[in-house]
Amino acid sequence: MSSVIRVENLGKKYNLRHQQREQYTAMRDVITDGFKSFARKLIHPFQFSTESGPSSEDFWALKDVTFDVKQGDRIGIIGRNGAGKSTLLKILSRITEPTTGRVRIKGRVASLLEVGTGFHPELTGRENIFLNGAILGMGRAEIRNKFDEIVDFAEIEKFLDTPVKRYSSGMYVRLAFAVAAHLEPEILIVDEVLAVGDSQFQKKCLGKMEDVSTREGRTVLFVSHNFSAINTLCTRSILLSNGTISSYGNSIDITNEYICGLSSKQIGQNGKFDLTNRVNLYNKGVPIILSVTVCDHNGYPSDTLVMGKSAKIQFELQEIENINNLDFGIGFYTPEGFRITSATTWSSETVTRTNSNNSLKVTYQFDMIPFTAGKIMMSPSVSNSKHGIVYDHPEMSCYFNVVEETLFTEKKKISRTYGVIYIDGQWQLH
Amino acid sequence: MSDDFDLIIEPGGGIRRYWRDLWKYRELFFFLAWRDILVRYKQTVIGIAWSVIRPLLTMIVFSIVFGALAGLPSNGVPYPIMVYAAMLPWQFFANSLSESSNSLIDNANLLTKVYFPRLIVPAGSVIVSLVDFFISLVILFGVMAWYRYLPDVRMLLLPFFLVLAFLASFGAGLWLSALNVKYRDFRYVVPFLVQFGLYISPVGFSSAIVPEKWRMLYFLNPMVGVIDGFRWAILGDAFPVYWPGLALSACFTLLMFIGGLLYFRNMERSFADVI
Ligand SMILES: Nc1ncnc2c1ncn2[C@@H]1O[C@H](COP(=O)(O)OP(=O)(O)OP(=O)(O)O)[C@@H](O)[C@H]1O
Ligand SMILES: [Mg+2]
Repeated sequence: MSSVIRVENLGKKYNLRHQQREQYTAMRDVITDGFKSFARKLIHPFQFSTESGPSSEDFWALKDVTFDVKQGDRIGIIGRNGAGKSTLLKILSRITEPTTGRVRIKGRVASLLEVGTGFHPELTGRENIFLNGAILGMGRAEIRNKFDEIVDFAEIEKFLDTPVKRYSSGMYVRLAFAVAAHLEPEILIVDEVLAVGDSQFQKKCLGKMEDVSTREGRTVLFVSHNFSAINTLCTRSILLSNGTISSYGNSIDITNEYICGLSSKQIGQNGKFDLTNRVNLYNKGVPIILSVTVCDHNGYPSDTLVMGKSAKIQFELQEIENINNLDFGIGFYTPEGFRITSATTWSSETVTRTNSNNSLKVTYQFDMIPFTAGKIMMSPSVSNSKHGIVYDHPEMSCYFNVVEETLFTEKKKISRTYGVIYIDGQWQLH
Repeated sequence: MSDDFDLIIEPGGGIRRYWRDLWKYRELFFFLAWRDILVRYKQTVIGIAWSVIRPLLTMIVFSIVFGALAGLPSNGVPYPIMVYAAMLPWQFFANSLSESSNSLIDNANLLTKVYFPRLIVPAGSVIVSLVDFFISLVILFGVMAWYRYLPDVRMLLLPFFLVLAFLASFGAGLWLSALNVKYRDFRYVVPFLVQFGLYISPVGFSSAIVPEKWRMLYFLNPMVGVIDGFRWAILGDAFPVYWPGLALSACFTLLMFIGGLLYFRNMERSFADVI
């Protein structure tokens, strides 16, 4: 398949103004500034103008972005707020110019950065269909041909001749989306527009988009924070962070990577819990468990674990004598403090441990996370169970978050409202 | 190498593509103008009546103040008709100016969400004012019928002066709309400009009352040429045109228009980022 979009070293620089309240310059300021520097020159004619401190700063919203899109690809674009997703789409749809680099595009592009762009509240539904259609790039004849279909899709026949200011917000979105859904470009660029409207209508739109793009081989670029939508619609995804592409690949992998990265960054713990600064209730107050690290199924430290996948929990210990008689355990709790279950060395057959010079590491490996989505608190412990001696037991001192893998496939949904434990079995009807 | 890409997006962009796009987006241009007209006549209760009443009232006031009270000459033509013949292009110019100077800002939402040659926004505003112009023109015929005043064949030259008025309005509109995006306080300048312009342009009086030695300078105001042209075309020999002045006015108008076009094109790239 040939490339239909080729982006090379794309960059976009914005000027961030710090002093002014608003983006635009006031002529007034330009004039007064001019006078000031003129006056300064009069007073100190031989002094070079010491440029006043940076009132504005260059900011690269996109930098060195290079990628290729093949005909018929459906590409998801994800990233945190301000990562540059909308900026990228704006450049691709020619709303704003790039500062560096080049984009080459083959085929008719339609961009949908907002539903209902240009809708006028005073105009009727019928008038707005024509207006919005024209704004999105449809010809008059094309709109006329599709008019009935659009009205059908939006389900607003009765209100066609009512000004849209009298519409409910749902009707408004339906109408706006219906027009957009009937665009037939070769390349469709969509920014977060699915965030509006009720979920049933969203599904309908998504279905329509998917339908058309698979049937007609249309290329789609789709920005969304809704991963299930990305995973349903897009085969491949781009993860943008701070204006650069941090990965480009299979949607499921990329969204997964993003979720893990995002939650650990947001909480700042990265799945590592430092337990050195505390008073141990046992062992004369000296902590034995120095830290706890939670690793996800890829083996990376993360406090976000995927339901049904493997995971590891590792403690780092202060060296103590009689190592052979120590027992380790982890109690798992709901955030409300209900003890769900425990994993202990005295109930388990295998214990893995690695000795390193001064410290000692203990790892518990989950074969499969059995918890439903939500937060799980942990109480690690070090004891001698035979003699009933506790050495360290920081209660509820660390945690992890479980996310559903089903988030991505939308096939099944098991949330905390169904319970805390996830069980796998089959139903049969006789 | 596949060189068969239809569109290349680069810093700087291509000028040739721009004019082609302008043609491609003509339908959007008509839709936007249609929207503005529709909205205007839907929103205001008196709608069309407003565009009738305003020039009529101004005509009456000017006839009383300049004609009856100040006793300025009207060369044998009924004073109201003399005023109205000038009101016609002036209103068009003034409306275009106020509408187009705000047009980009009013359509900010559109500019940041879809691509189209931005030129069609101020152009649309001028077109909407043109509709008002034609309504006023019909009223002029009404007033002339009332005074039983018959125009001659010169009337056929009116379109030429209308084109001149259009260029002046559009040229000034381009400057102001682009400046308004960058320097937002220009919006306070425009009403003043329009108000002031009404008094320095020969709307309420004939340009013949301007002393000979200031004549050429006076014609630097593009609307002087246009207004004199309108009077001549509508009222005939009672208002002879000072041709060198008109030529100067026309040249200046053309210069302003081309300058406006270049300035607008230059600023256009940053509209979506700045607005
Ligand atoms: N016109 C502008 N002038 C200055 N800075 C801008 C402008 N537009 C965007 N930016 C900056 O560029 C960065 C990227 O913005 P962008 O809208 O592309 O983010 P995004 O990835 O779409 O975020 P979100 O998920 O919130 O929509 C932001 O830091 C923003 O502040
Ligand atoms: Mg965005």
